[in-house]
Amino acid sequence: MTVEIRTQGVKPLRHTFGHIARRFGEKPASRYQEATYDVQSEVNFHYKPLWDPEHDLYDRRRTAVVMKDWYALKDPRQYFYGSYTMARAKQQEAVDRQMDFADKRGLLRELPDSARLAIVSALVPLRHYEWGANMNLCHVAAYGWGTAITQAAVMGTMDRLGMAQHLSRIGLLVDGNTGDSLAQAKRHWTEDPAWQGLRRQMETLFVTRDWFELLVAQTLVADGLLYPLFFQKFDAWLASRHGPGPSTVLDFLMRWQDETARWVDAVVKTAAGESAENRALIQTWVIHWRSVMLPALAPLAQAMMGDEGAAALADVDAALGARLVKLGLTA
Amino acid sequence: MSTSQQPVFIAFQANNDTQPIIEAIQVDNPQAVLHEYPAMVKIDCPGRLVIKRSSIEERVGRDFDLREIQINLISMSGELDETDDEFILQWKCA
Repeated sequence: MTVEIRTQGVKPLRHTFGHIARRFGEKPASRYQEATYDVQSEVNFHYKPLWDPEHDLYDRRRTAVVMKDWYALKDPRQYFYGSYTMARAKQQEAVDRQMDFADKRGLLRELPDSARLAIVSALVPLRHYEWGANMNLCHVAAYGWGTAITQAAVMGTMDRLGMAQHLSRIGLLVDGNTGDSLAQAKRHWTEDPAWQGLRRQMETLFVTRDWFELLVAQTLVADGLLYPLFFQKFDAWLASRHGPGPSTVLDFLMRWQDETARWVDAVVKTAAGESAENRALIQTWVIHWRSVMLPALAPLAQAMMGDEGAAALADVDAALGARLVKLGLTA
Repeated sequence: MSTSQQPVFIAFQANNDTQPIIEAIQVDNPQAVLHEYPAMVKIDCPGRLVIKRSSIEERVGRDFDLREIQINLISMSGELDETDDEFILQWKCA
């Protein structure tokens, strides 16, 4: 008797959801596509928001930017819940190890007083900035249109809480887990004249209603200036005086910013490329926020790095200008 | 070096991780022929088949290490040249 072994191929009737197939064709779709495209509710808004009678519950008109297809603002990192949480869990593990390394060797605890003071007055107050950025991205996620952007914004909110926590842990490494540095840093944030410009701009951002403007102001302009100023320039300044100890725990913040900048750049570039009106609008926002953020950061740069502060700030501003040109805006 | 047009092939499990790899192979190797089997995709290509890291990275939106393809690799034929940027199957002397 002969046994014939054959494989029976069963073709699936459909490869993905109907709405994904209508966009990309009837073929297997990536999980990012399935979790992102056309997920935003667009109809049946019969319950009107009493707090905003001019608009629907979800409404394209909450920003002045106009897009034919809001899903063009996709995330180049292709983060959906699964890939995002896995990527961050991996990074958290690495950061925990770095923190542990710094803790065991007393890399921050045993710095001279002046260096510890510099960390507490220049870096730890940024936890309040991060919390503010969390609020701003919450606004984008709540009032934005299209899952492509709101999903990435929600992940941004969690990132910012993570950054605030990271900065708090740096404070605890400096003060030997007493928490004094956190109380001190909060006093800097609310009372130190050098911080008041930045704090004022953060509070202005809280009451900025156009969510796209907020996204540009927070993630492109404010972060684009602040991150390299603190975590490249000031980090290098610290390292040249007190060795590479602090850098071991500051490195992650800049790496995170580099990754997030890819998303911000893709979103801004696509929106600005959509129409001349969008470009003009975004350009106006960039010019405005850059012109208020620079003077807000100037006293901080001065307080942190003394005479080298102004040059450092000019450097990061020039880098932001170069980045804007790549996005199709003017420097 | 003489090159042969004898087919080389590579076979992957058909899943979400290999989809961008297969797409990249199809774009980089216009002569490649795709055969879909239950839970497997086999790609035949005359002479030479190249898998480029940059093409995969474009599709997955992150850094990609070509060694990651081994996780879902079922089988292949051809002489293998592996660098950080390319994974090449070919018959060098036939």
